[in-house]
Amino acid sequence: MRKSTAWNLHMLAGLCLVILLGIHMITTHLDLILGWFNPAGGEAINWRNVVGRGMHLSWMLFYICFLGIALYHGLYGLRSILFELTLTRGAEKVVTAVLVTFGIALFIMGAAAAVVFQSQAMGA
Amino acid sequence: MTNERKSCEVVFHVRRFNPETDEKPYWQQFTVKVEPGMTVLDGLHQIKRQHDFSLAWRYSCRMGVCGSCGMLINGSATLACNTQILDISDRNLTIAALPNFKIIRDLVSDLSPMFEKHVAVLPYMLRDDIQEMHEPTGEYYQSPDDLLEYLQFTYCIKCGCCMAACPTMATDDAFLGPQPLAQAYRYTIDNRDDGTDRRKKAVTVEHGLFRCHYGGECSAVCPKGVDPARAIQLMKKQLFFDFLKLTKHKTPAHVLGRPEGVERNPKIPEPPPYTVEQE
Repeated sequence: MRKSTAWNLHMLAGLCLVILLGIHMITTHLDLILGWFNPAGGEAINWRNVVGRGMHLSWMLFYICFLGIALYHGLYGLRSILFELTLTRGAEKVVTAVLVTFGIALFIMGAAAAVVFQSQAMGA
Repeated sequence: MTNERKSCEVVFHVRRFNPETDEKPYWQQFTVKVEPGMTVLDGLHQIKRQHDFSLAWRYSCRMGVCGSCGMLINGSATLACNTQILDISDRNLTIAALPNFKIIRDLVSDLSPMFEKHVAVLPYMLRDDIQEMHEPTGEYYQSPDDLLEYLQFTYCIKCGCCMAACPTMATDDAFLGPQPLAQAYRYTIDNRDDGTDRRKKAVTVEHGLFRCHYGGECSAVCPKGVDPARAIQLMKKQLFFDFLKLTKHKTPAHVLGRPEGVERNPKIPEPPPYTVEQE
């Protein structure tokens, strides 16, 4: 990927995070005020509310998108900070490879958890 | 900072280095009798006359125009000719060559990497109508508002102070740096220019535009009031909008024909012949 494309995607991910993080914050931290997306009422982290949201395909896709975008934005930012440390060309490649591997692994774990939870919640 | 302007003795702590004889830089002290109105450049001249004729630094215009006498004065990159001694100290003054550059000798930094990077970002008008540029039939139209878009960036005198203050330059020699990047933006937003795509390729290299993390030191130290950090941020924004296909295609300024029915003033001389061979 070209350097400029990666950076532009980093910016775009930041913009998306404003929206996705906004939805997440409204759902989980303004729960007692707004009570959105909490079918059982009360606190958002109440198990029945979590299951209620988890049953919806749209929420599963939301969390997978949120996870992927946050990982890309965060790990690209971390890579930029590490590159400030006067790394050699070889070290830069190693850092990139480690972060990409780490990001993909976390994404697979997180996405799998969302998919499994959604299928189990549907069966519950 | 002194409130009262009186003559006093100021100790100049000067960082010396001669690569032919010294293994590493060292500090040397000179006591200089300072009168109100004396600049750091005047103080250096006094040292050369009265203490050590071997002290080396670079200067030319003595009025903040040529950009030759950039150096690190009391920890801040600035012009020696533009800095009154009593404005910053009445006791001690530390003077060193600009950081982030190799030292040629004493206070003389090697600015050639900056000039090479400056050339790399194509800091000149790029257009397809080569014939018109070489043998103009008129002038390219530019409104006062168009001029104001880039005017402040034309005040750059290439003194290297911004490059010396840049924290990214301190860790990354290959980073293009604030001076070249600001000049790339200056030409990109000039309404007469049509080289945005070519210049974009020049600045989005591995150690280019995106390595800037907006420390803002370049703008803080610029002795001419140019704001390179702003130019870099605006260029990032422009490239991001390009990426999202949200920018309109820019049509470069058209040629404004010569006015009809007007005779050329005979007192205005013809332009001199070209000094370089035309393509």
